[in-house]
Amino acid sequence: MKISYYPGCTLKNHAKNFEDSTICSLNAIGVEVEELNRWNCCGTVFSLTTDDLIHHVAPIRNLIRVKEANYEKVMTVCAMCYNTLKRANERVKSDPESLDILNDFMDREEVQYDGDVQIFHLLEFLRDEIGFANLAQKVVKPLKKLKIASYYGCLLVRPKEIGFDDMENPTILDDLMSVLGADSVDFPFKTECCGAYQTVDKPDIIADRTNQILTSTMDQGAEMVVVSCPLCAFNLDQRQKQTVEKYPEFKHMPVMYFTQALAIALGCPEETLRFDLNFIDPKPILKEKGLI
Amino acid sequence: MRINLSRKKIRDSFVDKVQELSGQNLLACYQCGKCSAGCPAVMDMDILPNQIIRFAQLGFKDELLASKAIWICASCLTCNARCPKGINIAEVIEALRQILLRNREDHLKVENLSDKEKEDIPPIALICSMRKFTS
Repeated sequence: MKISYYPGCTLKNHAKNFEDSTICSLNAIGVEVEELNRWNCCGTVFSLTTDDLIHHVAPIRNLIRVKEANYEKVMTVCAMCYNTLKRANERVKSDPESLDILNDFMDREEVQYDGDVQIFHLLEFLRDEIGFANLAQKVVKPLKKLKIASYYGCLLVRPKEIGFDDMENPTILDDLMSVLGADSVDFPFKTECCGAYQTVDKPDIIADRTNQILTSTMDQGAEMVVVSCPLCAFNLDQRQKQTVEKYPEFKHMPVMYFTQALAIALGCPEETLRFDLNFIDPKPILKEKGLI
Repeated sequence: MRINLSRKKIRDSFVDKVQELSGQNLLACYQCGKCSAGCPAVMDMDILPNQIIRFAQLGFKDELLASKAIWICASCLTCNARCPKGINIAEVIEALRQILLRNREDHLKVENLSDKEKEDIPPIALICSMRKFTS
């Protein structure tokens, strides 16, 4: 099986560990990944004002590239790219007038977009196309006795129209971690915002959120947190530096991309895990559990 | 806080503009407060989400546009998800930011970011912040 893949900006630098572990995992289950040709920024945040069409140009142009590559569907792993591409697509599908304006704006594109590309997330793909039961059979190194808290954040679950799981009580990441052999740990802040881009000019807010979210996972006995968004990862992992400065009693918690956990379980070599890009080193706990 | 209500404020084009940009019917709100109860950012806000809607209904333009709260909201959409009247509160807050940004009143001062910050902070965060907080 071959699928079209949209990486997004951060997977090519700060979150290379997210990309490498994704590709290695997919290859390990016999899925070939074809990176979209000439992709551009997804647009990051979806514009919420009614007349702000210019900011839908970037996501829709990417969907034109998917058509040009002769695919009907495109996969993302970054929660933000997933959210923005899918919402922009939903917007033009439900509002043909805005689609006409966007097509006119991009009149040198050879493809006239008509809203028919499907955007899917790797988690959805693993659950619905591969099947968690089939995936379980591919696990060569079960994450035995590792207590993992799954953090969903905002973009995988809200708004309801784009989410692929329950908005208030999602379980897809927890289910995946159980399939990989880990002990899934529930905690109350799994869909609570990490503070997102406030990290740029108000890192103090992020210290509060990171303290609250990660302390809650620790209280429930978690040894590791997994995420699906490079922005959540930065706030929950790198910003632990500011968190411990503000809250000296705060204890560090390793944070990984869910694909790094997946790659370990599927037997991917350690160089594809790129732990050098994780701020709090996950290796000690993984070594303790005999996983690396 | 002293509050002055007036017909002039309520009928001001500002109220229409907020409704138009947000696509929301402000009068649908019955002040249950669920948006503020669930908002993870309320501790840093000077006007709470349910109060933002009330102020917008009443045309409190100056108070809203000078508030800190509209720049604290990160559009996590928890309020939208929980509003029993189907109001998208985050869209209303975005409309308020847009009214300022469309007049070149930027919130983020990109020039104040150091080279180290620009290098350390991933592009996903920098671009989001610029998209949300600059014109």
